[in-house]
Amino acid sequence: MARTGTPPTALELFGIDGLLSDDELAIRQTVREYCDGKIRPHLADWFEAGSLPARELARELGSLGALGMHLEGYGCAGMSATAYGLACLELEAADSGIRSLVSVQGSLAMYAIWAYGSEEQKQEWLPRMASGEAIGCFGLTEPDHGSNPSGMRTYAKQDGDDWILNGTKMWITNGSIAQVAVVWAATDDGVRGFVVPTDTPGFSAPEIKKKLSLRASVTSELVLDSVRLPASAMLPEATSLRAPLGCLNEARFGIVFGALGAARECLETATAYAREREVFDKPLAGFQLTQEKLANMALELGKGMLLALHLARLKEQHALAPEQVSLGKLNNVREAIRIARECRTILGANGISLEYPVIRHANNLESVLTYEGTSEVHTLVIGQALTGLPAFR
Amino acid sequence: MSQVLVLAEHVQGELKNNVAELLAAAARLGEPAAVVVRQPGTGAQLTARLGELGAAAVYVADVEEADALLVTPQVAALAAAVAAAGDVSAVLVGTSIDSREAAARLAVRLGAAFLSDVVDLAAAPDGVRATQQAFGGAYTVTATAARGIPVISLRPNSVPGTAPAAQAQEIRLAPGPNMAAAARITARHEGQAVSTRPELTAADIVVSGGRGLGSAENFVLVEQLADALGAAVGASRAAVDAGYCAHTMQVGQTGTTVSPNLYLALGISGAIQHRAGMQSAKTIVAINKDPGAPIFEIADFGVVGDVFTVVPQLIEAVNARQAVGSPAG
Amino acid sequence: MKIAVLVKQVPDTYGDRRMDPATRTVDRGSADPVIDEINERAVEAALQIKEAGDGVTVTAVTMGPVRAVEALRKALAMGADSAVHICDDTLAGSDAMQTSEVLAAALAGRDFDLVIAGNESTDGRTAAVPAMLAERLGMAQLTFLRTVTVSGGSVSGERMTGNGYVEAQAPLPAVVSVTEQSAEPRFPKFRGIMAAKKKPLQTLTLAELGLPGGEAGGENSWSRVLDVTARPARTAGTVVTDDGTAGTQVAEYLAAAKLI
Repeated sequence: MARTGTPPTALELFGIDGLLSDDELAIRQTVREYCDGKIRPHLADWFEAGSLPARELARELGSLGALGMHLEGYGCAGMSATAYGLACLELEAADSGIRSLVSVQGSLAMYAIWAYGSEEQKQEWLPRMASGEAIGCFGLTEPDHGSNPSGMRTYAKQDGDDWILNGTKMWITNGSIAQVAVVWAATDDGVRGFVVPTDTPGFSAPEIKKKLSLRASVTSELVLDSVRLPASAMLPEATSLRAPLGCLNEARFGIVFGALGAARECLETATAYAREREVFDKPLAGFQLTQEKLANMALELGKGMLLALHLARLKEQHALAPEQVSLGKLNNVREAIRIARECRTILGANGISLEYPVIRHANNLESVLTYEGTSEVHTLVIGQALTGLPAFR
Repeated sequence: MSQVLVLAEHVQGELKNNVAELLAAAARLGEPAAVVVRQPGTGAQLTARLGELGAAAVYVADVEEADALLVTPQVAALAAAVAAAGDVSAVLVGTSIDSREAAARLAVRLGAAFLSDVVDLAAAPDGVRATQQAFGGAYTVTATAARGIPVISLRPNSVPGTAPAAQAQEIRLAPGPNMAAAARITARHEGQAVSTRPELTAADIVVSGGRGLGSAENFVLVEQLADALGAAVGASRAAVDAGYCAHTMQVGQTGTTVSPNLYLALGISGAIQHRAGMQSAKTIVAINKDPGAPIFEIADFGVVGDVFTVVPQLIEAVNARQAVGSPAG
Repeated sequence: MKIAVLVKQVPDTYGDRRMDPATRTVDRGSADPVIDEINERAVEAALQIKEAGDGVTVTAVTMGPVRAVEALRKALAMGADSAVHICDDTLAGSDAMQTSEVLAAALAGRDFDLVIAGNESTDGRTAAVPAMLAERLGMAQLTFLRTVTVSGGSVSGERMTGNGYVEAQAPLPAVVSVTEQSAEPRFPKFRGIMAAKKKPLQTLTLAELGLPGGEAGGENSWSRVLDVTARPARTAGTVVTDDGTAGTQVAEYLAAAKLI
């Protein structure tokens, strides 16, 4: 009998939903519906225009509870690591830029204050950031220091009780729209973090243009020109480079899931396209070469999902090591960009059009492959974990 | 012979154009009779007019505030007419919101079956056979009333022909004071400007526009063709969402369902949700620049072309034909 | 003030919805069941009244199979305070008359001031249940609203008509229904989803409602479906590509078919 209805998706074939609780499924559903209703219809336009109504989105995402959702207290939703991962997946299935907005807000800026801040800093910023009223950014990377942040040139000099910051940060998501920047700077006493209101004199954040990736995302340079801060601006619990690296570890965890969202969107688009598109009088999906592509992509997507869920359960038991996050980030982003590119071939010429999400995801994933630790660095982290021998330099 | 009661809707004495069809449908099941609710002192000519359309009897309820109260006067009048007539084999109403709701309440009051949105009717030895459509015409359902008098709402353009004219007997109903708690209309905002066009649900011809029109200004093209054809104007959800036209014009799953003799889809791709609202049209004509648009899969006549060149030419051709003489049929 | 919101789980209109010719009812396995979109607007209308007033409680009520509880969970996650699920195997295949009778039995005696429903479900499309409920409960009926406002002892709003709208008002208690032009439903917040689990959800059988089971379900419905046939797929007719004369060709086609 002829097949009726729609065949299962790759993740349905893997039976992934059976691994999720009702609450996790409900949170995933609400994010999915939000993306379908408020985000997806506009993405091609935002991407093409290179602009994003980020403040409005932040307030809506805050209203849902998506900002700092895995943090406890201070107006944060206190959701599980799995729920957080699933939300990242749905957001990135829409666009990596949207997930980046949420990751930077929740896992970098808010997490830094939540984990290393003073009670006063937490009270002042976290509730406003959770609601989306205040947007945060996170300044670690510099023009000449990406994978080697320990070489950072941004310097905080003590002047009486105050601190004076000078330097430049680069590739900072949300920078131009932020009310608060968490800025990492070298001091005579090692790397320290500072909570910098963006209206502080000497602070500016020009937007970076001419990107061909993450166009539906605000990316900026932070310029610190003798920015004077009171002692209370310093994050008291962040006493070394370990602190910002801890934040990055949080954000990477979201990417482990998020990248799969981009891949899922591409694979579902390509599968639907191949079933409808006819070549030589039969559906493209009926050709063995297409089926091989689809089968291999489904395998990688499903395996990546199982890995992501495994890491989430470890995180929920407070048993997740940074090198395990590297396993997830390296594998899932690498496979996601492969899937996006392979899907592009299935869509043929249509694959390069913004009418379909595939080229947009493929381009976005170029950024995701590099930020929050490049593939090369994660490879070496895993290499060191396996051999005990660091090979970074 | 048992009577079949028809709720004859009218606007200040002007019968709605589905009443003739309801009486024709009633004639299939028994002796047509009409029920009229009116403000005292209005609609004096209604009985004679309903007789011409085939009503053998006209039950008239003069109700203070008939125009201000929502639905309840009609329910009371229908119930009183059923009681007065004695032998009633069915009650027929149209598909306006008011009519459907009056019918639904009447079914409860009488302890009767409610058959809604019926597209065909026939008498059978053991009762009425009503044909309905489910899921936007994807399924045809035959239903009957298992108990009680069937109360039926009939979709326009379902039953052809007219009932033979009759000498209508007028029977005054005294439904008594309106006892039911009722909603009251405090203001009306109903389109006076577009009143020359037929109502969408009842129109014989519907011209609909979609996103292919590109803007609200361009949507005028749809109206121009509709006016040339004496048609109602519809729209796809995409066109409504884009703000090209009013929400009341939306045809589709979540809008109005239409089944006209002729449906012209201009710049409409034909998403499944739109098709659900129009695919029971007898003839479908589609004009769209995308040869892959799904609307062509169901169109009887399709044109792959630019609506902005094809439609003006069509309007000209229609006007030319009408200038030559009155069309046949 | 107590508000009841009626919700219904229906096959997703974006899926492939089917009827089962053997049972002559909706094939509930053929498309994902979801809370009817129009009911989310009904929930939204209730929540807006709750937020605008003091001491307003919102109870979501559904009648349907075990899985219909998902529709109630969604209403609770959106912000309803409690839920009632009428769940009884004998209810399958109920028509509007039966559905309104069961709902009326569940609503009666609970002192609701306002019952809010969607104007029509996307599967049955009868649009009769709200009117029938008003009749059964002896409440005023104010249906097909795109706005809903409660003040003093009355509810008012804009009722959609065939060619526009009317403003109307009804005394409480009343049954209202909202159209898809009413306020956009909110997305459930994460905290709402977690809180929904702790809200009261009552499951009732027909016997617990005091209704005899022998009158329920498709076998005892007032309207009886005798036959269900799938409509033959509509096939494509002539398709021409505009060569500069297509407008004239359409007119000729319509004239030949005696349509103009």
